[in-house]
Amino acid sequence: MSESDPNKAAMSVSDHVMIEIRGMHKWYGEFHVLKEINLIVHKGERIVVCGPSGSGKSTMIRCINRLEEHQQGDIIVDGVELTDDLKHIDQVRKEVGMVFQHFNLFPHLTVLENCCLALIWVRKMPRRKAEEVGMHYLEKVRIPEQAKKYPGQLSGGQQQRVAIARSLCMSPNIMLFDEPTSALDPEMIKEVLDTMIELAESGMTMLVITHEMGFAKTVANRVIFMDEGEIIEENDPEAFFTTPQSDRTKLFLSQIM
Amino acid sequence: MPLVHTPHPDLPPPITNVGVIGWLRQNLFSSWINTFWTLLASYLIYLTIPPLINWAIIDANWIGDSRASCDANQSGACWVFIAARFDQFMYGFYPESEYWRVNLAAILLLAMMTPLFLERFHYKAWLAAAILFVYPVVAYTLFAGDVFGLMDVETSRWGGLMLTLVLSGVGIVASLPIGIVLALGRRSNMPIVKSLSIVFIELWRGVPLITVLFMASVMLPLFLPEGTHLDKLLRAMIGIVLFQSAYMAEVVRGGLQAIPRGQYEAAQALGLSYWKSMGLIILPQALKLVIPGIVNTFIALFKDTTLVLIIGLFDLLAMIQAGFVDAKWLGFAIEGYVVAALIYWIFCFSMSRYSQSLEKKLNTGHAR
Ligand SMILES: Nc1ncnc2c1ncn2[C@@H]1O[C@H](COP(=O)(O)OP(=O)(O)OP(=O)(O)O)[C@@H](O)[C@H]1O
Ligand SMILES: [Mg+2]
Repeated sequence: MSESDPNKAAMSVSDHVMIEIRGMHKWYGEFHVLKEINLIVHKGERIVVCGPSGSGKSTMIRCINRLEEHQQGDIIVDGVELTDDLKHIDQVRKEVGMVFQHFNLFPHLTVLENCCLALIWVRKMPRRKAEEVGMHYLEKVRIPEQAKKYPGQLSGGQQQRVAIARSLCMSPNIMLFDEPTSALDPEMIKEVLDTMIELAESGMTMLVITHEMGFAKTVANRVIFMDEGEIIEENDPEAFFTTPQSDRTKLFLSQIM
Repeated sequence: MPLVHTPHPDLPPPITNVGVIGWLRQNLFSSWINTFWTLLASYLIYLTIPPLINWAIIDANWIGDSRASCDANQSGACWVFIAARFDQFMYGFYPESEYWRVNLAAILLLAMMTPLFLERFHYKAWLAAAILFVYPVVAYTLFAGDVFGLMDVETSRWGGLMLTLVLSGVGIVASLPIGIVLALGRRSNMPIVKSLSIVFIELWRGVPLITVLFMASVMLPLFLPEGTHLDKLLRAMIGIVLFQSAYMAEVVRGGLQAIPRGQYEAAQALGLSYWKSMGLIILPQALKLVIPGIVNTFIALFKDTTLVLIIGLFDLLAMIQAGFVDAKWLGFAIEGYVVAALIYWIFCFSMSRYSQSLEKKLNTGHAR
């Protein structure tokens, strides 16, 4: 970690292991998407995952909250092993929030209802209390004034911030981001990245798939490069960008920088 | 002489572009083809409408109580027939002294449904639940009687519009939830549930409703154990419900397929269970998308109930037909069918309009 960056110094990483992936493999039918994935994420880490399209980045992080099923190896999230056991899956999903490329807000519900829905129906929180929590996080992402609107009436950047607030309402310990800014117009990317930076500063454990290398440099404490279903390289951002080890990483960096 | 420019006042638009003449010119006589169709249509209207008005209103016989009152003016409709028979069209063979029970049930339903259309009524969910679960019991008690000192009225005496509404009401209320369950079943990951749903849907969709009704009325009793009696109306109802729910299932499935995968994933990621994500996220969106299809099925169901006349139930159409084959009123089939058509049209058109206003109300402006 570069000590020169004041923001980064504030974000502390503890020894507590939040996510442990051991020897994980996944196939789509015959197609071997993920090969021997090993990854340990500590509490408070901000990890950026990058790699060419189709390299299995999304698939990997979607295995962490069981949107995809892995076939071999272990995934342990905050001490809970992901198996077919629905109770374990529920427990893990309680821990893990996820933000998608296309926001996936519920279009038939207002912004506030989007935020409160799971609090009411999963956490069994009374509606009034849930709305307070919802408003609290909408204020955090700086759009409390949009609470009564429908997602279809918001800009992309606003929608993505609602999606972040919606996840945060469930008070997760881990946040997964799957290309949160790549469906946005350039002028909206910053507002979403700023929200994510604030989240990182609050000590959230984050796993972020993104091609925003600026974000990786300033926020991440580790960058992971994937290609063809494997983790090729893993390093702190400075070393990753200045002295990449593998040829594939070099090629990838030369293409996106 | 100094040159001063005095602007002309604006000319009014040419007479041919404004007012009635302008409208006619633009909409009816804009080209030769258009003019041709306008003239042809006017001619057809001239051929049909005046005689129709003559028959239905001007020359019609309105007053009287037997067919003799219609003999005076034979070129007009005999609405006397409709008036004399109207009670039977509405109630079938329901005992006249007990009509109030049917009326009460109808008024009760209207009274319960009115608040659902009010913007500021807050207990819609409870009221809707009451209409779905409590009202049918109340209505059945009123119709059938045999309790609380109410006279017993067998279902074979139910008829007319009342029977049509009972059949279609039950059909509509029951076929939607069954259809939803079947649609979910057909998209399920569980192979047994999936195959059962497919078999059920394809079986019922593959046979004509008439066959279903015949089976229900003639064959089903043969399979039932000796001594069990299943009411004929109930059997017809079950047949109609199962038949229509197969159609409904496919309509709903169309809606489910239109919901992007991201919606399922977002619901899962938030920890919603299968049934909660279906009930709160997927179905509200899917059903909204297929409102036109659902209402289409409702309308078809409403009109298909007329087929019960072939198994000896007397719905509205059957009562009207029974009216004009009666020796006293022989020969007034046209009046009968016109009234039948009008009544069916009013109900179907209302459903269609309601669905349109519902679609508009539920539109939350999301572009997909
Ligand atoms: N449901 C599926 N069935 C079969 N193959 C799939 C499925 N989902 C993804 N794949 C394949 O798995 C590979 C990895 O997909 P994944 O979405 O994880 O890539 P990615 O690294 O996230 O790419 P991108 O940057 O384009 O999002 C791709 O080759 C893709 O075609
Ligand atoms: Mg991806």
